[in-house]
Amino acid sequence: MSIIENHTTNGQAFSEAPKLQARNVDVFYGDKQAIYDVSFDIGANEVIALIGPSGCGKSTFLRCLNRMNDTIDICRIEGDILLDEENIYDPKVDVVPLRARVGMVFQKPNPFPKSIYDNIAYGPRIHGLAQSRVELDEIVERSLQRAGLWNEVKDRLHSPGTGLSGGQQQRLCIARTIAVDPEVILMDEPCSALDPIATAKIEELIDELRENYTIAIVTHSMQQAARVSQRTAYFHMGQLIEVNPTDQVFTTPEHSLTEAYITGRFG
Amino acid sequence: MDMNFNQHISGQFNADLEAIRNHMMGMGGLVERQVSAAIEAICGGDTSGADDIIRREDEVDNMEVTIDHECTQILVRRQPAASDLRMVLAVSRVVRDLERIGDEACKIAIHTLEVADASNSQICQQSLRYMGAEVVKMIAGALDAFARADVEGAIEVVRNDKLVDKQYAAALRELITYMMEDPRSISQAINILWILRALERIGDHARNISEQVIYLVSGTDVRHTPLAEMEEQAQKDDSGNA
Repeated sequence: MSIIENHTTNGQAFSEAPKLQARNVDVFYGDKQAIYDVSFDIGANEVIALIGPSGCGKSTFLRCLNRMNDTIDICRIEGDILLDEENIYDPKVDVVPLRARVGMVFQKPNPFPKSIYDNIAYGPRIHGLAQSRVELDEIVERSLQRAGLWNEVKDRLHSPGTGLSGGQQQRLCIARTIAVDPEVILMDEPCSALDPIATAKIEELIDELRENYTIAIVTHSMQQAARVSQRTAYFHMGQLIEVNPTDQVFTTPEHSLTEAYITGRFG
Repeated sequence: MDMNFNQHISGQFNADLEAIRNHMMGMGGLVERQVSAAIEAICGGDTSGADDIIRREDEVDNMEVTIDHECTQILVRRQPAASDLRMVLAVSRVVRDLERIGDEACKIAIHTLEVADASNSQICQQSLRYMGAEVVKMIAGALDAFARADVEGAIEVVRNDKLVDKQYAAALRELITYMMEDPRSISQAINILWILRALERIGDHARNISEQVIYLVSGTDVRHTPLAEMEEQAQKDDSGNA
């Protein structure tokens, strides 16, 4: 099976209030092309789910959105990715503040080997967001509150973050991301290592975070995509096949490949 | 990568979906026979046929419960999406309409037994025959459209429902004339009225089944939609797929 010639993405790929805009994005790992001419918007205060079979390019694409692929030497990106209409691949853009604006949560919770407090305080310290200890305390508390973790950890802020359960660690990582006051949060399969209760808590959190942030989530769980997102984007062999409102994708998808994938006919 | 889009990766899922569809078709066949037999009973005055219909009513009810349970199992175990989800929802809705058609057939049988005891059982025979034949055709047409995912066939059933409604109104006028001419015919006419009403309701249920065919195929919910709008939508879907 090969890529589709002259493909244009089906559905509603563009947003009236875009936060991030991808335009004709191609990604290469050495000679191998991983993403083919992807164009779509991620709207402000929207949760968009990126789904597709393994190796379809959804994680690669997600990592382009905060230039995480810069760390891979053989990775080359063409096309434009605009954050608030500003090209994040412009040579003038400094990736450190960019990654504060566009934060990321990974598949496996990866707290620093530090205390819970220091995990959260790390970002605000290096970005100079707090002028005093009191201010820093406030940021730590607020971030843990927003991540729904405060009540569980407020009495042991100085114990190691690695001592928390998997679900708590993941919420700690979300709190750490929130602490630097990002505009966009990228999540790469944030619940795949978690049990159903911890997953439900993260999903609940995603719904609350949408008020203040724009969220793009890569997930292998179609039920999760259906539960948390407003729009769903289906990737296949590096091409963006379809973007549509989530309820439409899961009841009447436009493209036969989307239909075949979400009904479990391949993947 | 397996690229046969007709089959799920899970063979059991294929089998489960196939099973609810086949069971629904089986139930449809039984219900259609019940209605045919009911019409035969009233028009032919065959009371033994009417007894059979009343006896088999339980069978129809049990089928509804069984198929609905199978649909629930698929929802719980497979979390179906897209066309699979529409298939499960459509089957679950269709069996409810089939069960109600079964009820109506049973009502016709009960009134047939009452009519048979009376002397002047010949009133409105032509309307009964005509409407009876028409609604049996509608049930068969709706099930056939479901089996073949045939939107045009489904719309044809909706068109026929309009004709049955008109025939029902005409038959009512005829009945009123009988009752005015000869008040002794009133109790008999009321039995016939119930039977006509049952036939008209069967037509409505066949229409409902057809609406589920359109939902199954295109995802458009056309319940409570006028016929003209339905035809327009079908045309749009058709050109969209071309």
